[in-house]
Amino acid sequence: MYAAASDPKRARLAAVQRLLREPLGVFGVTLVVLMLFGAIFADWLSIYEPNKISPRDRFQGPSWDHLLGTDQLGRDLFSRVLHGGRIALSVALFSTLASLVIGIVLGLIAGYGPRWLDNLMLLFFDSIKSFPTVMLALALVTLFGPSLTAVVIVVVLVNVPGYARIIRTQTLALKESEFVTAALSMGASTPRILRVHVMPNVVGPLLILASMDIPVVIAIEAGMSFLGLGVRPPTPSWGAILNDGFTAIRDTPWIVLAGGLPIIITTLGFTFLGETLRDVFDPRLKGRG
Amino acid sequence: MTVLAIENLNVVFATEGGDLHALRDVSFKVPEQRIVGIVGESGCGKSTLINAILGLLAENGRIASGSISFEGEDLAHLDDKAIQDLRGPRLSTVFQDPMGALNPVISVGRQMRNIQYRSDLARAEKDARSIDMLRQVRIPDAAQALKRYPHEFSGGMKQRIAIAMALMMEPALLIADEPTTALDATLEVTTIELLKDLQAEIGCSVLFISHHLGVIAELCDDVVVMYAGEVVERGSTRQVFGNPSHPYTARLLDCDPARQSERTRQLPTIPGELPDLRRRPEGCIFAARCDRRMDVCAAIPPDIEVVPGHVARCFLAESQ
Repeated sequence: MYAAASDPKRARLAAVQRLLREPLGVFGVTLVVLMLFGAIFADWLSIYEPNKISPRDRFQGPSWDHLLGTDQLGRDLFSRVLHGGRIALSVALFSTLASLVIGIVLGLIAGYGPRWLDNLMLLFFDSIKSFPTVMLALALVTLFGPSLTAVVIVVVLVNVPGYARIIRTQTLALKESEFVTAALSMGASTPRILRVHVMPNVVGPLLILASMDIPVVIAIEAGMSFLGLGVRPPTPSWGAILNDGFTAIRDTPWIVLAGGLPIIITTLGFTFLGETLRDVFDPRLKGRG
Repeated sequence: MTVLAIENLNVVFATEGGDLHALRDVSFKVPEQRIVGIVGESGCGKSTLINAILGLLAENGRIASGSISFEGEDLAHLDDKAIQDLRGPRLSTVFQDPMGALNPVISVGRQMRNIQYRSDLARAEKDARSIDMLRQVRIPDAAQALKRYPHEFSGGMKQRIAIAMALMMEPALLIADEPTTALDATLEVTTIELLKDLQAEIGCSVLFISHHLGVIAELCDDVVVMYAGEVVERGSTRQVFGNPSHPYTARLLDCDPARQSERTRQLPTIPGELPDLRRRPEGCIFAARCDRRMDVCAAIPPDIEVVPGHVARCFLAESQ
């Protein structure tokens, strides 16, 4: 806690200032903003249709006409990377949000509810966690077919157990705290206690954890698309671009680079941002992990 | 009028070692606009009693028999929702630890507004009421205090804020669970005086739990002495302290450091320890530690009325 906390607005401002004082944080923010900008304005920034096939221009190297070159069907890779960024970031943000909501709700129920429900839910979380991500993805795609929805479901299934467990543990501790007893003794109902007293105390750390998980989510999407389990061709996705370039890696390495570099940049950007956020909000953790 | 009347209350906890009889035939009354103190050593059932009144007994605990009548309703047989509706507006509580009683991540103003969630007042009016309450508990610069967070206040101030919150809905009964135990001596005195003033102003009754005899003597009109889940003696503070009729009360008073008239190297204690309530001894609950034990104490002693309103559960007590 810091002195400026009496005014929430000022405290938030101070946190932002401290974030911008960390070189790594500035670097992370820059990369993330760059990627977001590219994804949001993909339509304006790309000169070519991302899916337009042009056999005459296939396997062209990077040039002023095609900043990142073209692939085996003559599609402009720069345009495809920008549009692929849309998919990567929207999947990452949407599925993280969904995991957060579901994780928080399940965690609160497990932590505050009766013991048998808690045990049942822990068993459920642990059984999901025991599946390797790729096997889980394969199983789901076999069931539902490859699609963006399948990617989102895999991400949510992978993330929720961890989030719910964190919320559950903290809820268990808060359940015994005196201010919860005080609220109970003032006639607050269970939903009210969870919403007003438990939630604000538990979501902060989880948000930081989630921002550090975004790179993992991006990697899952790219990985599934690479394996053909994610978006269907010809929709541009970084993982799909990687796959396109993979077969021709010896002669035309720029295709793989065009698919790989944005994954690396975004992953690094969110990782730096997440770690700096953690340090800024919880200075005690600095230098750990 | 009696605000709270507890009669023959028995509370039992199911534990692995068998049933634990936490409260046994507890009876006492809290009359309107009176302050009743409950005194007893740790583990005597004070907290269990509060939780039973509030309907917040742990899952393994239950009210086996008896009644808790509060403003004409029997809390022992009321469903959870009905008790929940009474908690806050009619029946409110201040707890021991002022550090933990306030939510650390919510401003004091929002917490006080939260308490009034049942009323339809506009936000500004609720805040005005909060400021008014904070002034009454003598928080300086009350309007500014609403914007602050609990960690910005001292322990004594936090406890006063907790008291303000508890009295905000003008309850009929305030339960104060050792509200001064965590405070230092000077703060204890001011908090006691504050409670007394507020009680007179709001006109509520107070059930004041403490193990500090001096505080009880200072604050309370009536006193209930508890030992190992039983009420061993109850009556007006003057009667009980002036004419203790149960050996436990007498020994307890002897042990109060404030009553020591001469210097001693060792403060007096009551030898022995609390009985295991899972295997309750036959007869008088205090017999094992009592220095005036008799053969007849192998049977459970009756409640003997020494003078009207002053009752002791002991064969030695005599009606006058």
